[in-house]
Amino acid sequence: MNERMNETAAPPQSEDSYNFAYLDEQTKRMIRRALLKAVAIPGYQVPFSGREMPLPYGWGTGGIQLTAAILGENDVLKVIDQGADDTTNAVSIRRFFARTAAIKTTTRTQEASVIQTRHRIPETPLQHGQIMVFQVPIPEPLRFIEPSERETRAMHALEDYGVMHVKLYEDIAAFGHIATSYAYPVRVAGRYIMDPSPIPKFDNPKLHKSPALMLFGAGREKRIYAVPPYTEVESLDFEDHPFEIPRWESCCALCGSQESYLDEIVTDDEGGRLFLCSDTDYCETRQNAMNMTKGGA
Amino acid sequence: MPSVLHVSNLGKTFTLHQQNGVTLPVLSEINFQLEAGECLILRGRSGAGKSTLLRALYGNYLPTDGSIRVRHAGAWLEMVGAPPRSILAARRSTLGYVSQFLRVIPRVSALDVVTEPALARGVDPEKARRRARSLLDNLNIPERLWRLSPSTFSGGERQRVNIARGFMVDWPIFLLDEPTASLDAANRGIVLELIAHAKKRGAAMIGIFHDEAACEAVADRYLEMGAQPAYQKTGETKYACGTNFQ
Amino acid sequence: MTLSAISFSPETAARQFLPVSDPDDSMPILSVRDLTRLYGPEKGCQNVSFDLYPGEVLGIVGESGSGKSTLLAALSGRFAPSGGTVRYCQTSGEWLDIYATSEARRRQLFRTEWGFVEQNPRDGLRMGVSAGANIGERLMAQGARHYGDLRAAGLQWLSHVEIDPARLDDFPRAFSGGMQQRLQIARNLVSSPRLLFMDEPTGGLDVSVQARLLDLLRGLTREFSLSVILVTHDLAVARLLADRLMVMRRSRVVESGLADQILDDPQHPYTQLLVSSILQT
Repeated sequence: MNERMNETAAPPQSEDSYNFAYLDEQTKRMIRRALLKAVAIPGYQVPFSGREMPLPYGWGTGGIQLTAAILGENDVLKVIDQGADDTTNAVSIRRFFARTAAIKTTTRTQEASVIQTRHRIPETPLQHGQIMVFQVPIPEPLRFIEPSERETRAMHALEDYGVMHVKLYEDIAAFGHIATSYAYPVRVAGRYIMDPSPIPKFDNPKLHKSPALMLFGAGREKRIYAVPPYTEVESLDFEDHPFEIPRWESCCALCGSQESYLDEIVTDDEGGRLFLCSDTDYCETRQNAMNMTKGGA
Repeated sequence: MPSVLHVSNLGKTFTLHQQNGVTLPVLSEINFQLEAGECLILRGRSGAGKSTLLRALYGNYLPTDGSIRVRHAGAWLEMVGAPPRSILAARRSTLGYVSQFLRVIPRVSALDVVTEPALARGVDPEKARRRARSLLDNLNIPERLWRLSPSTFSGGERQRVNIARGFMVDWPIFLLDEPTASLDAANRGIVLELIAHAKKRGAAMIGIFHDEAACEAVADRYLEMGAQPAYQKTGETKYACGTNFQ
Repeated sequence: MTLSAISFSPETAARQFLPVSDPDDSMPILSVRDLTRLYGPEKGCQNVSFDLYPGEVLGIVGESGSGKSTLLAALSGRFAPSGGTVRYCQTSGEWLDIYATSEARRRQLFRTEWGFVEQNPRDGLRMGVSAGANIGERLMAQGARHYGDLRAAGLQWLSHVEIDPARLDDFPRAFSGGMQQRLQIARNLVSSPRLLFMDEPTGGLDVSVQARLLDLLRGLTREFSLSVILVTHDLAVARLLADRLMVMRRSRVVESGLADQILDDPQHPYTQLLVSSILQT
């Protein structure tokens, strides 16, 4: 754990031969213009001319371009992958910006001004001024039922959203409850239906009226969308099957949290298993606090 | 009795475009009126246009010229040139057509075939079915057949189902196209009874009967069709009726 | 055919006491004028005009390539015509010019007051979701948000179209062609439309299945007093279902009128050919 803390203290050597944050200024301007439009029309997918990035599609090419476009010299960047700061993807992206932009990086949610994420929203409540950048594989929530892009655009334009509930209906018909557990569709500001990226539906309530700005980038599909701070984000549901977030019977084996999103870890071949917080920073913060209390006593 | 049907200068010529445009003048200058409670019998040799006239009155054939006015829903309806929905409305509540041939609709039971005209008029379904049952019973259709589609019935059974359907509703005007043809004596008697009953109620009728006894039983007047001028059987009738063949 | 003048003779005085009924006492539900959409000379449809009244079933017949389907597409708001108008009388009594109104309003009409039954049920159904979801979609699009109610509607409509309600959660691909077609009808009728378009609804079905579907359609059109525009090349289907017919040939309507009159006493040479060559009843 200490190694990671050191990362902040001693950033890797910056690469002067690259433009600040890798992308050229024209591209950043283009992306910022798309971002402004996305913020102005919450939930609306804005096309942008995504660039080739030095990582494969599916690894966060959308998110990384957004991050590159919004980073300033004083920003502090946190990158998480499924809640963890120490996975390959998160470490690579953090190091990428440390080298190309010479900015500070962190694993602490509270310290970060920009948080790029794959499939989670941190447990620590976000604050005003923070920006979340989501990596999005399939930005179109209607795609599962309507293959034509032309048609889905018309459906968004005309608020022709009847089919969204068809998916939820099918869930209940098949499983007795709404079984969609991630990429759970939401309605933003009472208008656009949006795919919140594959975050667990556990995180959906965190989007609602969040003080932070939420930006979504899909690199392969070349779409950007956004949820501005303090925007209403409502998860779709039925009157007799309201939206619910999952609860666990156990608590985190390390920090004892009963509120956070837990990952199940299989520990041996005899069926032994543990539940751990998916958000590593949250878990460590709580563990440190517990140790402090013990040490003080 | 009030007049219910006016036919004037009615003509019908068939043009067969598939056969070098041959024209067949079948009806011309037909003029007659019909009163409620009266039965007019069409007479003439085969091919004189008796069935054609009935079909023209029902809107099934398109007259070439002339006028057919039917007293329908408290007003006169000019059938010639009327829009389809007006003709359908007249068929629903004013004009009944009883022929010997039943157009079988797949999967529709005999009982439903008979009940349908009453339902189309908005009669209470239970009441309509009761009447349908008694009609089928009177016409000697065995009860085990009522639930079956007439597509499997014999020719005679189908004909009787069709007659039951024809008499299901108290039409003000009946068009009867040989309803008694090929029926046995008992069933013919029942059909004649139905006709007599409808007449007594005030229904006007135009019919084709090939069987003289049946004619005698129901006729008030005759309309001779074909080459001969029309003549009237009963002296009381004040309206001229007949055909002038060109 | 000309409508000859009636002379009032003294002996027919009785009829003068009665007014001559006015056939135009009700409002049409659809009013079509000079509708034209051509892909080439005599390919498509041109100068089609008619009024459709509430509860009427209008059959459009003609051979392949006569322009029936093009006309249906133009009537149903799917392809803008190159000329002419299609006006729809809304429930409020106000007229709506289908091609002058917004795409949003058109779509709203399509999923509420109108229905379209495709020849191939695969084009009209969502094959990847259950029968119940297919039926419920229009209701959900209209804002129904109660799962229990949606299911109840699904069950009710399955039995309406003679499909075992136990199959509510089955996928349409597990259904036979006739059942798929009936499911498509249920999916359309669930929103209580006033106007239904049908393109060869019995097209790809076995004769025995056709009869059942025809009978069902006949019953449903009457039960819900639907106005229907039906395209078919099968004159027996036209006779059974339609009140009125329009006969198309080479993009033009050559004859129109009462269905049984057109079939039993066709006037136009082409209709005579059509009837004499196809109809054997």
